[in-house]
Amino acid sequence: MNVALAKNETGRALSDSFAIARDRLPGTGKIAAARGAAFDAHAQTGLPHRRIEDWKYTDLRALMREVLPLAPAPDAKELTQAATALKLQAIEGVRRLVLVDGMFAPKLSDLDSLEKGLAIRTLREALEAGDAALHDGLFTPDNANPMVALNSAMMTDGVVIDVADGVVLTQPIQIVHIASAPTPAAMFTRSLLRLGKDAGATLVESYIAAEGAKAYQVHDSLILSIGNNSRLDHVRLNEDGREAFNISSAVVTLGAHAHFNTFGMMAGAGVSRYQATIAFAGEGSRVETNGVNLLNGKQHADTTLFMDHAVPNCASREIFRAVVDDRAHSVFQGRIIVQPHAQKTDAKMMTRALLLSDEAEADNKPELEIFADDVTCGHGATTGALDESLLFYLRARGLSEKEAQALLIQAFVGEAIESIVNDDLRELAITAAQRWLEARG
Amino acid sequence: MSLLEVKNLQVRVEEREILHGLSLTVNPGEVHAIMGPNGSGKSTLSHVIAGKPGYEVTGGEILFRGEDLLEMSPNERAAKGVFLAFQYPVEIPGVATMNFLRTALNAQRKARGESEFSTPDFLKKVREVAARLNIPQEMLRRGVNVGFSGGEKKRNEILQMALFEPAVCILDEMDSGLDIDALRVAADGVNALRSPDRAMVVITHYQRLLNYIVPDFVHVMSKGRVVKSGGKELALELEASGYAQFEDAA
Repeated sequence: MNVALAKNETGRALSDSFAIARDRLPGTGKIAAARGAAFDAHAQTGLPHRRIEDWKYTDLRALMREVLPLAPAPDAKELTQAATALKLQAIEGVRRLVLVDGMFAPKLSDLDSLEKGLAIRTLREALEAGDAALHDGLFTPDNANPMVALNSAMMTDGVVIDVADGVVLTQPIQIVHIASAPTPAAMFTRSLLRLGKDAGATLVESYIAAEGAKAYQVHDSLILSIGNNSRLDHVRLNEDGREAFNISSAVVTLGAHAHFNTFGMMAGAGVSRYQATIAFAGEGSRVETNGVNLLNGKQHADTTLFMDHAVPNCASREIFRAVVDDRAHSVFQGRIIVQPHAQKTDAKMMTRALLLSDEAEADNKPELEIFADDVTCGHGATTGALDESLLFYLRARGLSEKEAQALLIQAFVGEAIESIVNDDLRELAITAAQRWLEARG
Repeated sequence: MSLLEVKNLQVRVEEREILHGLSLTVNPGEVHAIMGPNGSGKSTLSHVIAGKPGYEVTGGEILFRGEDLLEMSPNERAAKGVFLAFQYPVEIPGVATMNFLRTALNAQRKARGESEFSTPDFLKKVREVAARLNIPQEMLRRGVNVGFSGGEKKRNEILQMALFEPAVCILDEMDSGLDIDALRVAADGVNALRSPDRAMVVITHYQRLLNYIVPDFVHVMSKGRVVKSGGKELALELEASGYAQFEDAA
């Protein structure tokens, strides 16, 4: 442990927590060693703070202060409450995989009659089995990002999904994260989805809270590998409790002629950060990554995207919308790197924020680093309030102030939601946005 | 009881008084034309009746069926039956016209304690009215007024008027930006809505519109007041002699 960190109370508490948890964490040998290395890497910086450029707007030392101890396994009562919470937001027709307080809940999950070519197991099983073939996949992210490194060190459970070559799943898979522990606790999860060649899948991730769960911390990561000619549709809906922390990372790799359509909505959690790294590893691939932040109260939500155009002839589109009310704070950081040989890259990013109060804040930070000369790249960012003339027009037609605002907010986030290719997923996002608008009153 | 009574209305915008004691009484079934040069306060009057923010009423009152209109929010006024056809209808990208119409109609019905329209009933009603106004279905699927021509925007206003069935319609410079054919279509739409229960206030700079929407009364506004009232022949008189004669009267 380095000296600088030892001076820091949070760091000390965290290393104690890791030391205590260490023996309970699944996996031995090579996996335990990788955990140790990841924790040391995290400990080099500790919780990231504003002097680290990537975390300038999301200072975890100020916002989070401490990492809570690992959540205990949910008891019968908590599992019942989790089941109730699940029922309230159930989505029809999906294969549901449920994690309660960071642990796979087999009774709430659907592992029956898996389609041919689909394999699912829990992360815990995979780690305990010490599967050498899986090791590299699980530790795909390097330890450069301190919160990803922390997740690598502490991950306890999650799901590992493999879709074989040529298999196109018709039934979407939903991973539901439910917090149920009544005492403040942290959960560390990691899931892995590997799509073979010529394959297809639809993945929904949901984050919700059961009754009684309040100040909890979600530390999640998702590793996606999309093979050649494969396509993944992905929707991520965060409706965590308002006192919760959610620090999630996605690490995505696309093969050649692959397609990744992803949409994220942040409506829950007091403090959240979603950081996604998307790397093109094969030519002719396409990514649409869109997102919406719907924030009020004192919420803080940070979406940080890193698009790595490492090969030629790939296209990426980023559309991001933030609706910020009260004293909430929305952050969007989008970095696009076009590597020197990645000619014919077509990358665009558009981010817009709508401020509904004088105290709301939105920070947009687009960064383009282009090292190739034959590319099409562009970005735009705007921040503004609702147009008074539009509001008056709607009110003169009979809509109350809230109704008029709701209609304009729906229109504002519409473009990001419309880009969801899958009809059912789009409906899901629209419904989640409506829930937020209705809760607003 | 009169439908709409404007009594000695005084209105300021940013410290400047625009209306200096304007009075107007409108009864059911009547069509009133308000004419006047630019800057005489015509649009201000329409905005204040509809409840647009940014205007300070410093004196006088507006009664709608005897109720104090100025105490009501813009949406309450709409639900009570006040309709303003905008001079420049705004474009609302991302809000489909159909969705907007239904939301607005149901909001008004709900405010009046009436049941909301079912989807089939609503669609039937909109299609009927749209066909009458020569509005293609495709237009209803687009964002509100997005990419509409000047004439289409005005027809969309009249479509709403027909759908919401207001008691009093204020038409603010309905002729602005319209060629003669578009004007005729719009005017026909308005005339079809004339009824013994409904009143209209037609605000216009030019007499031309009044060839198509023939008023019962004509009021000339100048410098924030009504300076002369008369029958429809007053409009023709104005066409011949211009507004200059009234500038001094104000």
